Amino acid sequence: MKYFFLIFSLLIFTFFFYKGLQKDPTIIPSNLIEKQIPNFKLRKTEFFSFFDKSNLLEHREPIIINFFASWCPPCKVEHPNLMKLSENFKIYGIAKKDNDIKISEWLKESGNPYTAIGLDDDGSASINWGVYGLPETFIVNNQGKIIYKQIGPITKNELKKINNILK
Amino acid sequence: MKFLFLTLLFFYSAEKVKSVEPNEILENKQLEKVAREIGKNLRCLVCQNEDIENSNADIAKDLRLLVRKKLLDGESKKEIIDFVHSRYGDFVLFSPPLRFDTLALWILPLVFFLFLLYLFFRRKN
Repeated sequence: MKYFFLIFSLLIFTFFFYKGLQKDPTIIPSNLIEKQIPNFKLRKTEFFSFFDKSNLLEHREPIIINFFASWCPPCKVEHPNLMKLSENFKIYGIAKKDNDIKISEWLKESGNPYTAIGLDDDGSASINWGVYGLPETFIVNNQGKIIYKQIGPITKNELKKINNILK
Repeated sequence: MKFLFLTLLFFYSAEKVKSVEPNEILENKQLEKVAREIGKNLRCLVCQNEDIENSNADIAKDLRLLVRKKLLDGESKKEIIDFVHSRYGDFVLFSPPLRFDTLALWILPLVFFLFLLYLFFRRKN
């Protein structure tokens, strides 16, 4: 009984410590979930149609916003799954520190899932969206509210999850 | 003696080396000083436990430039930190805000310290 308090607090500590160890420290939860889409500025591309915030707010169904770049290998990993999503949903692409020619070469080769593409040259649009790596994908509902964020490539499991949310 | 001198020099210069690149530095020295203070409070998001002033990561560079741009636009230190906090959450701050869900973070060390004090003096008596 003497050591009850000590052992009890040690057990609680161990429990939280164990829980904490199971978290992935490279995934930082988004602060924008349940918030309206932020303001952002993009540059037009030569080859693709362009969009801005107002275009994202026009929709009556949920849409997908995907941060990518032609120089980013994990973006190529998720590309086939984006193609699948694009059959049913509109995907807007924001290309970080990239250029038209490289994007169009890549998308010509492997297909273009994007409804429209804008360029984020200095990474400021990415910061406005709280993006810290590529690829990152957001789902925005028909009221312009961010309801989900995927950090890292959309894998098979993630694809299922996203399809369920969009249903 | 020489060894000691070199060692001290090494640690001194290690403190001075920052990742801020020459072309990022603001001409206005006062603003640059504020920018560095802000940078020291912001954690780089992809490198565990490094501030953005000391990190070579792409996102740290983007954030450094953003901080400086906002300073030139006349925003205050608090406004800039609040903006970055609103985008990236508590993770980006080195000192998390005192809220109900972060209370344990702030109070536990104190509780632990008091507990140790108690143990220490009890044994002595």
